[in-house]
Amino acid sequence: MNIVVCVKQVPDTATERKLRSDDKTLDREAADGVVNELDEYAVEEALKLKEAHGGEVTVLTMGPGKATETIRKVLAMGADKAVHLSDDALHGSDALSTSYAMAQALKKIGFDLVVLGSESTDARTGVLAAMLAERLGVPQLTLANKVEVNGSAIAVQRLTDYGYDKVEASLPAVVSVVEKINEPRYPSFKGIMAAKKKPVETLGVADAEISADQVGLANAWSEVVDFAVAPPRAAGTVVKDEGDGGAKIAEFLASKKFV
Amino acid sequence: MTVDRLLPTPEAADLIELTREIADRELASRVDEHERAETYPEGLFTLLGDAGLLGLPYPEELGGGGQPYEVYLQVIEELAARWAAVAVACSVHTLACFPVAEYGTARQRERWLPDMLAGRLVGGYSLSEPQAGSDAGALRCKAEKVEGGYRISGNKAWITHGGIADFYALFARTAEGGRGISCFLAPGAADGLTFGRPEEKMGLHAVPTTTAHWEGAFLEDDRLLGAEGQGLQIAFSALDSGRLGIAACATGLAQAALDEAVAYAKERETFGKKIIDHQGLGFLLADMAAGVDVARATYLDAARRRDAGLPYSRQASVAKLVATDAAMKVTTDAVQVFGGYGYTREFRVERYMREAKIMQIFEGTNQIQRLVISRHLAR
Ligand SMILES: Cc1cc2nc3c(=O)[nH]c(=O)nc-3n(C[C@H](O)[C@H](O)[C@H](O)COP(=O)(O)OP(=O)(O)OC[C@H]3O[C@@H](n4cnc5c(N)ncnc54)[C@H](O)[C@@H]3O)c2cc1C
Repeated sequence: MNIVVCVKQVPDTATERKLRSDDKTLDREAADGVVNELDEYAVEEALKLKEAHGGEVTVLTMGPGKATETIRKVLAMGADKAVHLSDDALHGSDALSTSYAMAQALKKIGFDLVVLGSESTDARTGVLAAMLAERLGVPQLTLANKVEVNGSAIAVQRLTDYGYDKVEASLPAVVSVVEKINEPRYPSFKGIMAAKKKPVETLGVADAEISADQVGLANAWSEVVDFAVAPPRAAGTVVKDEGDGGAKIAEFLASKKFV
Repeated sequence: MTVDRLLPTPEAADLIELTREIADRELASRVDEHERAETYPEGLFTLLGDAGLLGLPYPEELGGGGQPYEVYLQVIEELAARWAAVAVACSVHTLACFPVAEYGTARQRERWLPDMLAGRLVGGYSLSEPQAGSDAGALRCKAEKVEGGYRISGNKAWITHGGIADFYALFARTAEGGRGISCFLAPGAADGLTFGRPEEKMGLHAVPTTTAHWEGAFLEDDRLLGAEGQGLQIAFSALDSGRLGIAACATGLAQAALDEAVAYAKERETFGKKIIDHQGLGFLLADMAAGVDVARATYLDAARRRDAGLPYSRQASVAKLVATDAAMKVTTDAVQVFGGYGYTREFRVERYMREAKIMQIFEGTNQIQRLVISRHLAR
């Protein structure tokens, strides 16, 4: 099975994250880049599927040059090769144009299954899997809690508020997975060494047949008009239980329109 | 604080980064709970083995990491800064692999080492006996030659990872006298082998230390490592390397104590200023930092000699002596920095001080290190 796992480099959630004052995009130089944590579950699932069914796992990353660190890490976990979609023209792309660019790259790579995390911890739109499936004309199986492949059939448990839905489709398809699905492995020291020798192909917009007038900040459908630092969190309300604690909490929640 | 290390290769830097990630996520997060409840961290050594951290200083052809001691020891130090008991057990595992790696036949190495170095088999080191600690040559456990192998009978003591390890480097007597001791690769489970209840220790609570009782258990001939009678030589050459592991553990422990003490001293205020700004306390912290740096420099010097193929036995003893004494002093002073709070189990420095004490005792007490050093001087 030819599996492509999409991985994004994001600023470390443990460090302070900033937007650039000039073009209001994320300041990717200011923070340490790490593998989007939610993508680690996608990588783990892709590796497990490969271990069970054979085939190959290709990492696809769209991002600046610095994103190669992230690619190396995923290769160290066990992916076989990588495609790095990287071009100045892509800077500032919104979800819609990102999905277009990545779909073009995926068409070029070829795939039986595309696996993604549920969202990125920086942009948090959570729409890429659906958009990719639409653009590629293949079924989307999002928010999977469990993935089973049987020949050319794929079945997932799709996590919902009330439990899960069973969703079935046939390959090729796009799947996004949730955190509950597995426990991502650590890279091993040998894996890190081996990763240095694995092939990484870099694609620019021309290589992936991406029209430059459909990507980048200038062509984004969404626009960041303004931004401000989040106000410091107000002190919490402490409810002392004097026999009426439950009632007081209910009152508080009602006042905030939670109940 | 992250230690700014001088590393010989980019791959060593990658290795340290991997170690830190695993140590932060898997060790630092679980240590308090297990040390308090005295419970073994199930699955942790498998995870360390899968990451390739349990065979680092052995050749790649045999499944090891092919790393010099200079690098391997800094990995141990990083682990020890999060969890001393785990780092000690890793060091002992490396020690337990030593007799097979250095004295085993090609056949023995191929049969055992890949699983040992991948951490699929975790090892212990069984030299000490109740009456034979410093005086290892006084050991009595017997290995009697029989058809096809040996029958082992006697009592061993103080085995780190006892009862849990999958194999033991076992030292037993095949004849009388100093040249009558032999080394065996014993399985962790055998008919006629039982382990005592874990000792109630001052520290290192998460990894048990036990006695072992051999009642005629059979070990096949292939489990003899090196020649009959070569055991004590194997034991001591293994310990030269093992001592470096303990020096690295002590350094990591001291580093952790220093880090906690400095962080606290920057927060805590008395007489209207941070306690680190009282010169009397700032100098105490300075001495602690100097102690940690000396410990690291000393073990690294010995390690680099080993890596260069130079004699290093004396330097290994100096490193063990210096680093473990530094750890004792630094951890004790860390408790001092915390004042009354340092004397409570609320803060890790209390545990560090208890953990430091054993470093001065095992793998040759610091008196025995002085004995080794002075004998070198007397040559
Ligand atoms: C937690 C823990 C884990 C251990 N793990 C292992 C293990 O995995 N494998 C293993 O084989 N052993 C292990 N040991 C045993 C350890 O190595 C011994 O306890 C140590 O070597 C000291 O031996 P002893 O306890 O018999 O003390 P003794 O040898 O009785 O020494 C008592 C005191 O006399 C001093 N002394 C002895 N001889 C001399 C001398 N010639 N000159 C000056 N002073 C001297 C010693 O320094 C010490 O202060 C462990 C011990 C502990 C507590």
